[in-house]
Amino acid sequence: MARIGVFICHCGENISATVDVKKVAAAASRIPGVAHSVEYKYMCSDPGQQMIKNAVREKNLTGVVVAACSPRMHEPTFRRACAEAGLNPFLCEMANIREHCSWVHEKSDATTNKAIDIVRTLVAKVKKNKALLPIKVPVTKTALVLGGGIAGIQASLDIANAGHKVILVEKQPSIGGHMSQLSETFPTLDCSQCILTPRMVEVAQHPNITLHSYSELESLDGFIGNFKARIRKKARSLDEKLCTGCGLCTQKCPTRKIASEFDAGLGLRPAIYVPFPQAVPNKPVIDREHCTYYLKGKCRLCEKICPTQAIRFDQEDEILEVEVGAVVLATGFDIKHGDFFPEYGYGKYKDVIDGLQFERLASASGPTLGEMRRPSDGRVPETVVFVACAGSRDPAKGIEYCSKICCMYTAKHAMLYKHKVHHGRPYVFYMDIRAGGKMYEEFVRRAQEVDGVQYIRGRVSRIYERGGKLVVKGADTLLGARPMEIEADLVVLATAGVANAGAEELAQKVHVSYDPYYFYSEAHPKLRPVETNTAGIFLAGACQAPKDIPESVAQASGAAAKVAGLFSQSELVREPLIAVVDRQAPPLYSTCVGCFLCQAACPYQAIEKEEIRGRDGRLIKTVAKVNPGLCQGCGTCVALCRSKSIDIQGFSHEQVYAEVLALLNRGESDV
Amino acid sequence: MSDFNPKIVAFVCNWCTYAGADLTGTSRMKYSPQVSIIRFPCTGRIDFMLLLKAFANGADGIIVSGCHPNDCHYSSGNFHARRRWIVFRGLLDFLGIDVRRVRFSWVSAAEGAKWAQLVNDTAEHVRQLGPFSGYHRLRGLGVG
Repeated sequence: MARIGVFICHCGENISATVDVKKVAAAASRIPGVAHSVEYKYMCSDPGQQMIKNAVREKNLTGVVVAACSPRMHEPTFRRACAEAGLNPFLCEMANIREHCSWVHEKSDATTNKAIDIVRTLVAKVKKNKALLPIKVPVTKTALVLGGGIAGIQASLDIANAGHKVILVEKQPSIGGHMSQLSETFPTLDCSQCILTPRMVEVAQHPNITLHSYSELESLDGFIGNFKARIRKKARSLDEKLCTGCGLCTQKCPTRKIASEFDAGLGLRPAIYVPFPQAVPNKPVIDREHCTYYLKGKCRLCEKICPTQAIRFDQEDEILEVEVGAVVLATGFDIKHGDFFPEYGYGKYKDVIDGLQFERLASASGPTLGEMRRPSDGRVPETVVFVACAGSRDPAKGIEYCSKICCMYTAKHAMLYKHKVHHGRPYVFYMDIRAGGKMYEEFVRRAQEVDGVQYIRGRVSRIYERGGKLVVKGADTLLGARPMEIEADLVVLATAGVANAGAEELAQKVHVSYDPYYFYSEAHPKLRPVETNTAGIFLAGACQAPKDIPESVAQASGAAAKVAGLFSQSELVREPLIAVVDRQAPPLYSTCVGCFLCQAACPYQAIEKEEIRGRDGRLIKTVAKVNPGLCQGCGTCVALCRSKSIDIQGFSHEQVYAEVLALLNRGESDV
Repeated sequence: MSDFNPKIVAFVCNWCTYAGADLTGTSRMKYSPQVSIIRFPCTGRIDFMLLLKAFANGADGIIVSGCHPNDCHYSSGNFHARRRWIVFRGLLDFLGIDVRRVRFSWVSAAEGAKWAQLVNDTAEHVRQLGPFSGYHRLRGLGVG
């Protein structure tokens, strides 16, 4: 038999001014199962809490209802008080008679009656409450960081410096990401490599970081604190331990005319190569698609010349299995390439290039060693047109969002061009200038006012070749949409920032959600921007949305802080308000019929399949099982379940049905 | 029917509408006392059989409210609730329950005023519809 204690708070006069608390207490004492009913001026005060604790002990209560303010305010307070008195905290509920009653209604019988209804509802609920124990999940204190761009580097360093192990996986032969390709960075114009490469070296030397470059995630299983990852270490075709990075092989390789990925196709590289001189690790990779040995079966020059005999033509991909407690996705972004812009001649005219290509042209380590020379004939371009929003904010191109970084890097490009070609004429076609950020607006003004970059507000309709020049046709919308024509030597398109080619596949491997553009979705757009909906998986950098370096770094540090927070405890303690699937004795085992509608609906991939087998190993049935580490307790599965085999602790069928009946003043006996 | 005080049950999610209703209180906005709230973790948790259960036991009107689309604390529970509601409307019609007795809405944690408005509108609406008298029949169907 239930012995429920009801404690009605006056909240000073906040409740008692409009609700007749004595009447509520008297009415509560008449509810079947209520063993104790009192009212007091301040239930949350020390004497108030003591009153509850004493009653729990003296009256041997099996449940407590505190009729006071919102549970969002004081539920933890009263649950703690109950726990201190030896009552399971989940046997305590709050009846909200302040925010939902006394504060929103005038003093009247109706208001008091509503307060009684609310108390009766919660008494009915608490009678069905069950004692619950917090869920404890062990935590493996190693983080897996996917992506070695600036975001992945920052996240790895922060986690490693907090004293935890990090496994950093990078797809390319070197870490560094897009930032390593940049010439100079806005708004300070400091050299990108100068600020990035020390960080890369720090990653390589950090005792807590294990770097797997030229590697990719194969699969990820498990849940927060307990993931199992399989990593494919692609064959570099050399023994990394023996290789000293002397670079002889890359100098002597006879196959030298391969478009360099690092130089965005503007430079050339050999078949055995390091992407760039400051690469980390500074160990070459053999590009098997172009290497003469792999194509024709002969050459092996690198093998002959290598002073440490490190070349391994027969090397195969290796699969590593690691256990990690958290995952940071920092897989970055790409820019739109290819025949995306037939009207701009992108891909057709050599001198229509994209932003990353311009970065390589302007970079001291680039194919022109930083001299401003156009790709077609190597001449210094006298007139350069920069086209902002090339694809971004353009529903016709299927990209409705703003790529965010282009306004700033276009201003930087125009500025860098002017700094190198003093007599040059830079023009920028733009839709709007979005320069929100510290020192950003000032930077754009500097480009316009100090460096004399001509900004034209309008879109470019067409670019075509005429007499060795690129004719850029557009309109100046600030001059009454006057048609404009500029004869340019070089055109730079600020093409839209997009998700990486493999973004969707990776999201499906690690079970995180993504938006229609394949950028990864954060758990909450405002309040949980670095978490995903899958517990234990965090986001850093431009894999979430296009963002600039400071933002990527800030988010990476945020993700690292989340990981460090998770790793600060040996066991993860979670509220047990989660879903559970019915289990019964044989021969039924469970009422679950195994339709797995719940699995399809669960936003957290918390539903697993469990095979129930007989003693002889024969499969009896496959039923759903909730992973307590992943379930967040939303209850979507509960409402969907056809056989009512899945229920949620704290908001169970029994509890909510009892609430509805009690609220409508129908006891269980009336049903 | 001027002295008819409808009984309205509100099924709300913990994160948006419950908090929004808390804000109505904190802001001391007044509304009709005919509504009482039952708290759920998410509108996605709301089994719509509960709505029939409520009607079968004397509710005159029902409010279902949660986070706005795309704001769900659990990312997609409110979408499940919306789909369920669309299907459920047909069932209400079939059972002979006036669809206007159920209000499906989104009230965020910042919309205290909207909650008060929603309650008052619903109460007024249900008052005009009169008491729900079909529950004897519903219980005959085995719903209660």
